[in-house]
Amino acid sequence: MHEVVSFVNLDILNIIYLFFVGFVGGLVSGFIGSGGAFVLTPAMMSMGVPGLVAVASNMCHKFPKALIGALKRAKYGQVDVKLGVVMGISAEAGVMYGAHIQESIKRAFGDAGSNLYVSVAFVVILGIVGSFVLLDAFKSKKTENLQQEEKITKIARWVQSINIPGTMVYFKSLNAKVSVLFTIPLGFATGMLAATIAVGGFIGVPSLIYVLGAPSLMASATELVIAFVMGCGGSFKYALHGLVDIRLSMLILAGSLFGIHLGAIGTTYVKPFMIKLVMGVIMVIVLFSRGLMVPVYLSQLGVIQTLSEPTVKVLKNTSFAIMAFALLSGAFIVLKAMWQGIRAEHKVTAREALEHSKE
Amino acid sequence: MAGKKSSIKKKPYGKVALFGAVSIALYAVLLMQQGLVNDYFVRGGLYAFLPIAAAFLFSYVHGHFTGYFWTMLGIEAKKKKEVK
Repeated sequence: MHEVVSFVNLDILNIIYLFFVGFVGGLVSGFIGSGGAFVLTPAMMSMGVPGLVAVASNMCHKFPKALIGALKRAKYGQVDVKLGVVMGISAEAGVMYGAHIQESIKRAFGDAGSNLYVSVAFVVILGIVGSFVLLDAFKSKKTENLQQEEKITKIARWVQSINIPGTMVYFKSLNAKVSVLFTIPLGFATGMLAATIAVGGFIGVPSLIYVLGAPSLMASATELVIAFVMGCGGSFKYALHGLVDIRLSMLILAGSLFGIHLGAIGTTYVKPFMIKLVMGVIMVIVLFSRGLMVPVYLSQLGVIQTLSEPTVKVLKNTSFAIMAFALLSGAFIVLKAMWQGIRAEHKVTAREALEHSKE
Repeated sequence: MAGKKSSIKKKPYGKVALFGAVSIALYAVLLMQQGLVNDYFVRGGLYAFLPIAAAFLFSYVHGHFTGYFWTMLGIEAKKKKEVK
């Protein structure tokens, strides 16, 4: 089953590039539980790395990163390991099925068909879930300034009220018993999305918040456990075929571990709606990036008139630039919120010290 | 003065140096022996454990290094008290 793949030569510029993209991706992942992967795969491919090797190497950096992030955030009491593992195992099944669908589409319609499927999945899912998350972030911003507790949705209240004997499991993040018949399909969908667009968290985190009723901070931290379980199995599967370029994985990891600690620390300084805000902003911007590529693939499939070479190039470059902008915007919001939080805390500490010295 | 001193946490310089050195060593081996590493790591089959084991090893060492690095710079999680 071993496939012969050619690996790129790494020069110092490539190394710095991977480190930097890894850092920004790690920062966002530490904060919202996922992200970065959608930029890393195309970033590696732009260096000349074959598509499958880029996907495999990306996944092999993702699971150790998620592990470190999950351990860090567990220290802050934000992780629900049981929920993460239960969802992670079903996500693994979703990854397998998602990969199978991808292969079938590729066989039937070739590369352009497969790319079109990925882009349409991006646009539809990010369009629906992303705009919902972003709108909710703005709504939560208003209400959370008045009250600290996050409200759980009607769906989540209903899910938590259903009792199916023999399937009920208590999850601490929900502070309720929920049937695994609800968590399994959610995990499966997370895995399917991970296999399709590389970021399962765009389904995983919103479903933990809105369908199961987990607080935002716990949802994004628990997503790291899901990503670890899913990524570990997925990486092994790719490694069996000799597709992991460990140099790429570890160089991205070098930057992303700096980022993930920072992102995780950032969550302790912000109000919960910030998680939704960062996630929503990234999802909506990425949606435009992928949307731009739809005409390119449609023209390759002959559905619409063939686009000229320069047009395709402009669309491709703009799409990649928007994607990078999405990630950088997320990173900027995280760093800004953290900076403000740290400054506010320092001010309080300084004021207390001053008052203490006056006494 | 004594109270102030006790409230200042010791910076983990030693741990940063130790994990940093091991981390740099690991990356040096990886990059200097690229040919050898790639030769074994992509054989598939049972060799598939190699990249997974490497990922765990690097994440342990480099994860500790990066964690202590930010602590050394004074960037830590918010203390429990509420900021208003």
